[in-house]
Amino acid sequence: METMMAIVIGILFSIGVYLLLCQSLLRIILGISIISHATNLLIITMGGLKTGGPPLISDGFFSYTDPLPQALILTAIVINFALTAFLLVLAYRSYAVLGTENMEQLRGNDDE
Amino acid sequence: MSWLYLITLIPLLYAILVPLFYKYLPRIHTGWFVLPVPVVLFACLMKQIPFVAKGSPFVHTVSWIPSLNINYTTYVDGLALTFGLIITGIGALVVLYSIYYLFKEREELGNFYVYLLLFMGAMLGVVFSDNILVLYMFWELTSVSSFLLIAFWYQRKGSRYGAQKSLLITVFGGFCMFAGFLILANITDTFSIQQMIQHTDKITGHLLFIPAMILILLGAFTKSAQFPFHIWLPDAMEAPTPVSAYLHSATMVKAGIYLIARLTPIFGGNMTWFWLVSGIGLITLFWGSFSAVKQVDLKAMLAYSTISQLGMIVCLLGLGSVAMYYGPGKGTVLYLTAILAAVFHLINHSTFKGSLFMVVGIIDHETGTRDIRRLGGLMSLMPITFTLAIIGSFSMAGLPPFNGFLSKELFFTALLNTSQLEIFHLGKWGLLFPVVAWIASIFTFIYCMIIAFKAFMGKHYPHRLVKKTHEAPWGMLLPPILLAFLIIFFFFNPNVLAQYLIIPAISSILPGFMETGSIEPIKAWHGWTPELFMTMGVVGLGFVLFILLPKWSKLYGWLPVRITLNNIYDQALIVTERISERITRKYMTGFIRDYLSYILLFFVVALGGAILTLNSFTFNPITNSPIRVYEIILCLTLVASALLVLFARNRIVAIIGLGVMGYLITGIFVIFRAPDLALTQLVVETVTTVLFLLCFYFLPKMKKEISKLGFKTSNLLISLGVGFLVTIMALLAQGNRLFLPISWFYENAYELAGAKNIVNAILVDFRGFDTMLEILVFCIGGIGVYTLIKLQLTGRKNNGLKE
Repeated sequence: METMMAIVIGILFSIGVYLLLCQSLLRIILGISIISHATNLLIITMGGLKTGGPPLISDGFFSYTDPLPQALILTAIVINFALTAFLLVLAYRSYAVLGTENMEQLRGNDDE
Repeated sequence: MSWLYLITLIPLLYAILVPLFYKYLPRIHTGWFVLPVPVVLFACLMKQIPFVAKGSPFVHTVSWIPSLNINYTTYVDGLALTFGLIITGIGALVVLYSIYYLFKEREELGNFYVYLLLFMGAMLGVVFSDNILVLYMFWELTSVSSFLLIAFWYQRKGSRYGAQKSLLITVFGGFCMFAGFLILANITDTFSIQQMIQHTDKITGHLLFIPAMILILLGAFTKSAQFPFHIWLPDAMEAPTPVSAYLHSATMVKAGIYLIARLTPIFGGNMTWFWLVSGIGLITLFWGSFSAVKQVDLKAMLAYSTISQLGMIVCLLGLGSVAMYYGPGKGTVLYLTAILAAVFHLINHSTFKGSLFMVVGIIDHETGTRDIRRLGGLMSLMPITFTLAIIGSFSMAGLPPFNGFLSKELFFTALLNTSQLEIFHLGKWGLLFPVVAWIASIFTFIYCMIIAFKAFMGKHYPHRLVKKTHEAPWGMLLPPILLAFLIIFFFFNPNVLAQYLIIPAISSILPGFMETGSIEPIKAWHGWTPELFMTMGVVGLGFVLFILLPKWSKLYGWLPVRITLNNIYDQALIVTERISERITRKYMTGFIRDYLSYILLFFVVALGGAILTLNSFTFNPITNSPIRVYEIILCLTLVASALLVLFARNRIVAIIGLGVMGYLITGIFVIFRAPDLALTQLVVETVTTVLFLLCFYFLPKMKKEISKLGFKTSNLLISLGVGFLVTIMALLAQGNRLFLPISWFYENAYELAGAKNIVNAILVDFRGFDTMLEILVFCIGGIGVYTLIKLQLTGRKNNGLKE
């Protein structure tokens, strides 16, 4: 399972990075979202998969899966949400002001 | 006198006070507040003379960075003390002179004196430091302060050009020297010069002996303006004249000479050292004096003459290093003459060149020009200045009764001695030294006569001058008068100087030699010797050539401008700038995608390379947990939805693809026994999709990416590389578990935090602060979103859609 997940994560990373290198701002945001999904999966895979029950203390289980990666990912999901929201609004705003969302045209300014 | 080690710090610390004086006491010239510093330091150093002359150097160590073996060691022996006295003595006179030279109404005196004190402290640091790293630090500090002082009148283009040139050349040399120092330190395992001298045998046999020597000499030659690095010195004359008198003739340019003298015990006696030092010195001596004659600016003439005189001292140090080849003994006393002449001339040069610079400064100050074609007949208008000019230039020309005569005679003696030697191929080439030096001396004589007479004799043309000319104020005349007094005093009492300063200095340049032999006292008259005939020849021929100067000065046109060193420097600078600009423009495209690909490529190359070179790839699938069929289906659907996002032609399709991905990941979280994650992911994914759908209405339609095939291919390769690397890393991490997990601690969540949900306990209890900061980040994101939507920046074109 871990090996399969590693391969899946690799594919997701490839797709995410390819989108990240595109010219359109919307594609870049999609790429960032995919990369963050892949990262979350990477973290949880690194913690070891299905080594015990869910980390809820009850009488039924004596061993739990690693709770620490889950705590990290929980934080990451929320932060990613904030980031995506901000990027989307930034894209909207820059399109509204500059009239383009093509990164090729959004390079530098005259003061450089 | 254990506080002597503070002497380098006093000017640096005092420099902090100078801006206060400048700001709060503007009615008094700031120079008056600075003057006590060099005077007091000079007096302190004078008091050291008897101790040092007895052969007991002052040593004091303050441990500075003990872990790196860097100590602030002050080592004051004869050589260092001689330099220290020149630095503080000339420094005091220059400060006094500058009070009258720079107007307090017009100039930024605060800056000037801060730079000057910075230089003074740094220069004292160079000569008093025993630790080479500390020495290097002060060395570069002198370059920096020199840069600041040359560019003091930074409004002028010439000043900026000269400052940049001097900085580029001297700092280039400084870096080379630093590398040489590190090689020496590596060989001897110490940073102390004195300890290196004790391990000379280790250095001379080492493979890196010659590279270290050449690197260090590059530092010394660039600083001391030796051929072909001398080109910065004439351009440095853009500095105010007190600065030229101080840094660029008396002290800073002698730092290279100091270094050569200081390291002679390590390198001396070696053939490469001998030929490099004395050969380059000889070339510089000739080229400097030859070029000086063609100058029309008095200061430029003095600059070339400084180059030439520095070359002479360097040459003498090279000649004297032969003594190290023979070792201490009776016969070697003869070669000590060269070192004697070097140190003696070093002191003499500071006196006569200092006074000449001040004289030129007076002429410039009182007439408004330094161009000898416009000057003339100043003798009757400025009689005192004229007398000073005569004393200074006759001393430089090597005429009696001035101190230059004595050191010039000793120089000839040393040259004649060298031509008798049989080692280092001197049997074949030895005669070159006296011949070239003799010709150079003729040119020296000619330019000395130009300085002495061109401005003062002849007809006075008041209409060619900016100002009405009269004698300078006493404050400006006093420093050169004191120096002129010393010029004559040293001629009549050279042995006082020899006993207290020169001989202690020689014993630090050639340790162990003074015990076995003694130097003959310096005499003005030593019979009808070859040296005297050489001098007479110089005077005779030089005088004839001076008279005939207009007839043969056209000779100077023979060297085309294109191949002069200055032109080569300028062209090299332009070409370097152009190439570096072109390279920078090539990779700094302003296109974010390019920068991202550099980062990602670096990531792939560095990590992939590390994995390959460390050969640490271990892959162990046995520990894997079992796979069920529905898990495979889930993963395949996940990949498919990601591909859908990638290939989507339509915005809605892409957004839906992303949403599907999010929900599939929710499923994966469930399988991986992470109920909290699944819940959060579900909520967040829903909101994100809604947000995307809200926003896409305002964004343009997704167009097909129109780009070149190369662009797409490189993107594809980079992304495949990153993906592959991530997979490898994940597998690698699975195979190498080096540490035990720390998660068992959190499994006591119920006892420690009273919570049954371990993940929740971690978030709100164990790592509560992290969560609080996470909320903060979330809030910042929210404020960002709100402002971007609400805030309308005025004054910008708003050609997009309104809300």
